[in-house]
Amino acid sequence: MDLLNAIVVLANFVIVPATAYGAQLALGALGVTLIYGILRFSNFAHGDTMAFGAMVTIIVTWGLQAAGISLGPLPTALLALPVGIAVTSLLLIGTDRLVYRFYRQQKAKPVIYVIASLGVMFIMNGLVRFIIGVDDQRFADGERFIVSARNFREITGLDEGLAIRTSQGITVVVAVICVALLFWFLNRTRTGKSMRAFSDNEDLALLSGINPERVVIYTWIIVAALATTAGVLYGLDKSFKPFTYFQLLLPIFASAIVGGLGNPLGAIAGGFVIAFSEISITYAFRRFANHILPERWEPEGLLQLLSTDYKFAVSFAILLIVLLFRPTGIFQGKSL
Amino acid sequence: MSMIAPRNVLLFGMLAVLFILTGMMQSWNTALTIFNMGLISAILALGVNIQWGYAGLFNVGVVGFTALGGLAAVLVSMPPVPEAWSAGGPRMLLALLSGAATIGLAIASWRRLPNGGLRVVVLLAILIGGFMIYRAIFDPARDAIESVEPALTGYLGGLGLPVVLAWPIGGLFAAGAAWIVGKTALGLRSDYLAIATLGIAEIIIAVMKNEDWLARGVKNVTGIPRPVPYEIDLQNSSWFINLADRLGADYVTFSSIFVKLCYSALFIAVLLLLITLTQLALNSPWGRMMRAIRDNEVSSEAMGKNVTSRHLQIFILGSAICGLAGAMITTLDGQLVPSSYNPLRFTFLIWVMVIVGGSGNNWGSVLGGFLIWWLWIMVEPIGLWLMTVITSGMAEDSGLRSHLIDSAAHMRLLTMGIFLLLVLRFSPRGLIPEK
Repeated sequence: MDLLNAIVVLANFVIVPATAYGAQLALGALGVTLIYGILRFSNFAHGDTMAFGAMVTIIVTWGLQAAGISLGPLPTALLALPVGIAVTSLLLIGTDRLVYRFYRQQKAKPVIYVIASLGVMFIMNGLVRFIIGVDDQRFADGERFIVSARNFREITGLDEGLAIRTSQGITVVVAVICVALLFWFLNRTRTGKSMRAFSDNEDLALLSGINPERVVIYTWIIVAALATTAGVLYGLDKSFKPFTYFQLLLPIFASAIVGGLGNPLGAIAGGFVIAFSEISITYAFRRFANHILPERWEPEGLLQLLSTDYKFAVSFAILLIVLLFRPTGIFQGKSL
Repeated sequence: MSMIAPRNVLLFGMLAVLFILTGMMQSWNTALTIFNMGLISAILALGVNIQWGYAGLFNVGVVGFTALGGLAAVLVSMPPVPEAWSAGGPRMLLALLSGAATIGLAIASWRRLPNGGLRVVVLLAILIGGFMIYRAIFDPARDAIESVEPALTGYLGGLGLPVVLAWPIGGLFAAGAAWIVGKTALGLRSDYLAIATLGIAEIIIAVMKNEDWLARGVKNVTGIPRPVPYEIDLQNSSWFINLADRLGADYVTFSSIFVKLCYSALFIAVLLLLITLTQLALNSPWGRMMRAIRDNEVSSEAMGKNVTSRHLQIFILGSAICGLAGAMITTLDGQLVPSSYNPLRFTFLIWVMVIVGGSGNNWGSVLGGFLIWWLWIMVEPIGLWLMTVITSGMAEDSGLRSHLIDSAAHMRLLTMGIFLLLVLRFSPRGLIPEK
């Protein structure tokens, strides 16, 4: 029995990766939930927006790398991120002008927006494939580890190692900064307050002289920032492949719904709920059990509830449970 | 009938011209290949149109229901693998039964027990205990089955019945999955159904990719028996060679065209049956009720209609049609390739067909199915040609030139997206609007 080693194993394979993944999902879900709160539809193009933002950032990163500019131990992509956000904002505002604004003026039903977002999804997906192709792209550089498994073992003298990759550390730090900025913006600034007012009660907001078009533009800019950041962080942590971003839609939607659609705090909580359940259910607990159980009880199997191929099933199951028992989400979203 | 309106005759006539031109300019084989998939696409579009056009339900899991239909084709028509059955067949059945029993028991106890902490504890106990038992039976059975000649079989095989039987069974499979999704997500916001169907589709495909004992997973099942003759048999039979001679055709080419025509005949029969049934349903009191519910749920509910259970009914019906079409696709391909089930191709493209054709109109969906499928196939060569023309002024070794030419394959998605948005904006009721 060796509690310390067991904790390290758990931290290395579950807690650290799930925290990073949860932060990425939370950023994605925040974007979905903001669009839902203010524009009132579920944006199916969100995964591809993330892919587009990440793609622009990757191309700028390559440019910087070629010019010999780097951030030292940090990935160069962080330097390229603002450009990615700017280009994605332009794309989203352009999309709004060309596509969604018309339906807003028509006061179309939400489902029409959703179908329009399918069209936008196709176009963005096509654009990304057209520009960068369908293959895996690597763009991470700088230091690979904050703490490597070997260093950790040498310092602590434990049998098990704990590795924290730079991308995981950066994900968490950047996500915290993003969320802090977002909440400061929503709660402290005039524009942020008008956005919340618009989300709570559209008619009342219009009566008090809030310009809806301005609110919408700010929303798209924030969504572009969140989606690009989420996309780049995910790409740094795993790898950039356009199709995986499309598949991220399901866990992202699940996070937003589990937390309560339209509720930013809920989106963050939902992201971590989904990430931790996904990783802990698909993790094989055998090594963990070997450390905490006496030797003769050591398990024979892998102690893995589900194979990692079914990680989407986990988000789906959680989604179903929430829909069955608490359709408004943990934090009481605004929808039913 | 909207069918007889001259405009609609003209639209279908133009469609026919497209296919005839393809036949004359490329080859009749190509034209027939596109036509056969067009028939199936039309059926898929009909299924989605029933859900969307009649009831306003938003299903983005078409790919999952289609894949289930494909699975049915394997399970019905492939010959059984006796070694695999004796290795772990009964145990596998027992495992599946125990899984089902666990879920049944959990639901029953949840319903019977009074509200409170005890209920949650009992539910969790049943689920966790049941899962352990299930895994204890399932894992060895799976390993035993998958170790039987993994390169050739490694799965239980099917029932060895005629493949056409798989079509209605595929529909049943899809209906079952639709029932589970509909039970949970209907009655809530419309977006929730969309997201739930997106999820179930992902899971169905994950199961089909990973459960090798069921249908070999990504190792694919090939050589699914055909409902129509094989080319090689035709080429060896005297009546066929005589027929080819009389028509003055090369009998090798003619045999492959003949096989495709047989498929066309089967598919046309299914399409005609379905469109007759859907048209009858649409114009029946039931159809009027469905449209009333779609147009005003509140007032229909006030008239005593159970909106949620009507929605469930139509959701299951539409999904069953998608399952049927899925079984037909696998029959046509002669193989089950789980990794080919791409949501962009099997879900979102079908949506483009329905919206472009005219939501709520069955003939519109059929038109949309053929037209969009034709475009989907043809955009690639047209895009390639376009790119070659655009880049013809560039240097031979220019990087941009080769990039543009390589990217032509991705023009499809772009084109479909633009097509969808344009129709949605400027002609939201589609090519053949609902009456």
